[in-house]
Amino acid sequence: MTSAAAALPLDRSPLQRLSSALYLRPALLTFLLLTPPLLWLGVIYLGSLFTLLAHSFFALDEFSGVMVREFSLATWKEFFGNPANWDVVIRSALMAIAVTLAAALIAFPIAYYMVRYAGLRMKAVLYLGVMLPLWSSYLVRVYAWKLILAKEGIVSWFANTLHLGWLLDLVLDIPEIGGPSLSTSYLGTFIVFTYIWLPFMILPVVAALERVPGSVIEASGDLGAKPGQTFRKVILPLAFPGVVAGSIFTFSLTLGDYIIPSIIGKSVPFLGETVYRLQGTAGNVPMAAAFTVVPIVIMGIYLTLAKRLGAFDAL
Amino acid sequence: MAGAEATPAVSFIEVSRRFGDVRAVDNVSFDIADGEFFSMLGPSGSGKTTCLRLIAGFEQPSSGHIKVHGVNVEGVPPYERDVNTVFQDYALFPHMSVGENVEYGLMIRKVPKAERRSRAADMLKLVKLDGMYARKPSQLSGGQRQRVALARALINRPRVLLLDEPLGALDLKLRESMQNELKAIQRQVGITFIYVTHDQGEALSMSDRLAVFNHGRIEQIGTPSEVYDHPASQFVAGFVGQTNLVDGYLGQRLGGFPGLYAIRPERIRILPPDGEVPMGMATIDGRVDSITYLGATSRVEVEVEEGRLTVIEQNLEGGTAAAGRDTGANVRLIIERRHIQPVTESQ
Repeated sequence: MTSAAAALPLDRSPLQRLSSALYLRPALLTFLLLTPPLLWLGVIYLGSLFTLLAHSFFALDEFSGVMVREFSLATWKEFFGNPANWDVVIRSALMAIAVTLAAALIAFPIAYYMVRYAGLRMKAVLYLGVMLPLWSSYLVRVYAWKLILAKEGIVSWFANTLHLGWLLDLVLDIPEIGGPSLSTSYLGTFIVFTYIWLPFMILPVVAALERVPGSVIEASGDLGAKPGQTFRKVILPLAFPGVVAGSIFTFSLTLGDYIIPSIIGKSVPFLGETVYRLQGTAGNVPMAAAFTVVPIVIMGIYLTLAKRLGAFDAL
Repeated sequence: MAGAEATPAVSFIEVSRRFGDVRAVDNVSFDIADGEFFSMLGPSGSGKTTCLRLIAGFEQPSSGHIKVHGVNVEGVPPYERDVNTVFQDYALFPHMSVGENVEYGLMIRKVPKAERRSRAADMLKLVKLDGMYARKPSQLSGGQRQRVALARALINRPRVLLLDEPLGALDLKLRESMQNELKAIQRQVGITFIYVTHDQGEALSMSDRLAVFNHGRIEQIGTPSEVYDHPASQFVAGFVGQTNLVDGYLGQRLGGFPGLYAIRPERIRILPPDGEVPMGMATIDGRVDSITYLGATSRVEVEVEEGRLTVIEQNLEGGTAAAGRDTGANVRLIIERRHIQPVTESQ
């Protein structure tokens, strides 16, 4: 025993002693590693969120327009009392649902190809293709889309060149979603939203499909299932958690975004824009806070449903 | 064994499967008789699994023909073939219960629910998993998953069952008991089992016949004792069981003619240096180099003129120094001539 102890270098540096101390006390290490992020999340992020939410229980003084820091349900009464507010909520939620569905429909074949068929090189190219747009400025891309979708833009030029201008007009004539041009219609807003958030759907679906072993798909065929049956009974159920995970991104990002609807579309308010306007120009912080609660509640409901569907089993 | 009149369960006729420049299966022909337990044995990359996948329909041959029960299966997808597979990683559907996994093939064929349930219950009983119907695969042990995979394949009553190293992931004890069970189940259901393994012990103990694969070709096909006692090539002699390969002076001395010979270590007997050599036996004198105690047996390395031979002796008396011999002792080795097996050289 003594000889073994003597063999250890006793004059170790402070750094060595520190690492030994941490090695022998895993709980201390965990504490040191987790404290800074938990402080950040707990105090700075969640704290400011709750402060904001608390503001919805304050109200503006009707005459001076100054916020009164006293508990009041006046803001919430006003919020529920004005049908225009409901329009904003429903419009935003419908857009978020439509964008999510479209992103899922476009993402799935791409993800499936990347996982099942693409070779290593092709896979790298596709990954790059999916990620590359994220490297450039979001604003630049949205303005680029404004040009693409404008009345004299590429899309209408392309349609006219192919003598399909009538088709574009037909689409734009659809009530509600249409408009004078793509860049000033709900359809345009929808197209740009879908484009911008698509990578956030593709990547989780790829991750989910990567986790489906090839042998499981072969086993299904071996047991007599035609490719379509294998897709419905095996591939889709196993990839679905990935779709749900991706939809959480596309849904919440669409719900909160205020730039795209203000640049492309009908110039009607969406949730994010409304919060921005109330907080900034109108100076009505309590009402802005009330509007902020809405997407949180919607996401809460959505996440509960997603959990029921087993979306988080795969995370 | 297949009579000339009976249709083989599976026939390979000059089948090759190339992946780029690699010949995974290289001009292979063989027949597997109906109801046979047939093993395909070989090291990894020898083409045995590719052969299995060719029968299942996951791969198509680059050239040659494959027949299942006399019917050419070229261009027939897996879901239209009357064969089922037990996968190496079991490939259970993780989102389904054990029962739903077992019923999958019947569900696809739109068998009524009541019949599905009762057949699944029968299958689960056959593989000793009664009462596990509602469990998820993730709640089962490796051995239990293996049984579910077996039940899921057998419920379809295939005429040929393909097993791709089904016991590879199990520990030794479990593997041995599953070997016996698989064999018993095969006798009970009476269908052809085609069993891929790299474990020569497994292949010898379970098969009616086995094929030894090497570099995409079959080196030998035969019953376990044929393959073990009369290995056709150097590769088979070395891969199936232990062997002494002798050539040159020693080969000529023991075999009688120049050439390459394989001698199983347990077929060599050790006598005292002045021991009497019975008629018709080859003999050579040597010196004990090392003795390794293995429990039931001891491995004795004997240095002989121009080489060394490994001898496996039963530990009939117990103890380490078998029959009073010791390292350095002079001994006389005797071998029956029929156990000195001429083999061809392998690449």
